[in-house]
Amino acid sequence: MKDCVLTLQQVKDILKAEVLVGNDQMGRVVTSGFGCDLMSDVLAFAPPGALLLTGITNAQVVRAAQMVDAAAVVFVRGKRPLPTEPVLEMAKDIRLPLLTTRYLLYDSCGLLYCAGLKGCTEDGGRQGAE
Amino acid sequence: MVVDREQNESRPFGAGGREPARSPAPLILEFPVRGMDFVSAGDAAAKVKKTLIQVGMPDGVVRRAAIATYEAEMNIVIHAREGAIKASITSDQVEIVATDVGPGITDISLAMQEGYSTAPPHIREMGFGAGMGLPNIKRCADELDIQSEVGKGTQVRIIIKRSGEGQ
Repeated sequence: MKDCVLTLQQVKDILKAEVLVGNDQMGRVVTSGFGCDLMSDVLAFAPPGALLLTGITNAQVVRAAQMVDAAAVVFVRGKRPLPTEPVLEMAKDIRLPLLTTRYLLYDSCGLLYCAGLKGCTEDGGRQGAE
Repeated sequence: MVVDREQNESRPFGAGGREPARSPAPLILEFPVRGMDFVSAGDAAAKVKKTLIQVGMPDGVVRRAAIATYEAEMNIVIHAREGAIKASITSDQVEIVATDVGPGITDISLAMQEGYSTAPPHIREMGFGAGMGLPNIKRCADELDIQSEVGKGTQVRIIIKRSGEGQ
């Protein structure tokens, strides 16, 4: 299997996802995938351009994604931000696409991996090595 | 709150591959941080990152400074009553000083170990408190100094050098 990049439109189709923010950015390319519910691990290991898949839906997901220059965020397990939190507004402000899928985290990552989207172990492993 | 003490320092530092502009006075940014304010948390780091991009810092410096500032800001939000983030930016480096009024750190060497955390369960449910904050800061920093007094507060000083890019 050859590593490839995917557009957000392809990600949307593969995960049967709904776009919450960034319908006009479906041509954006993601270069790797990172599935995680720990934001500090995102900060430690996610390279720029990664697609972040997570079940966490609070505002700090947007902030963490912003800090690591993530290409977009997919909320798994059918989750979506609470309307009482300004998550969608924050994402719109920084033009960070947000999607939601009913697939669980493992299944979502597996589907994208099978489509050729590589993980982050190589880059993250180098960063995390002591 | 942003304090731009040197208006003429907001020009790009060495943009376009030229020698970095000489900057006798740093560009200073200061932001108050409130404990347990998880909505505004990250605002300071976002503004520091935006400023570093505007002044033309290399991508690697911007990324390391943004991550270190964000982790330091989250530490204040999670653990302290109140605090502040101060960024001093020159053509050569970014200095971040995070100061808080809070419980302090009992054992700094223990807090530097990956996986060690005193954060309560509700913080962990938000995706934080995994014991990666200070190790992440160390990973991003060229220099790191932590001073803490139990029952009073903590000061974390981070330096990220332009020459250290690529770490």
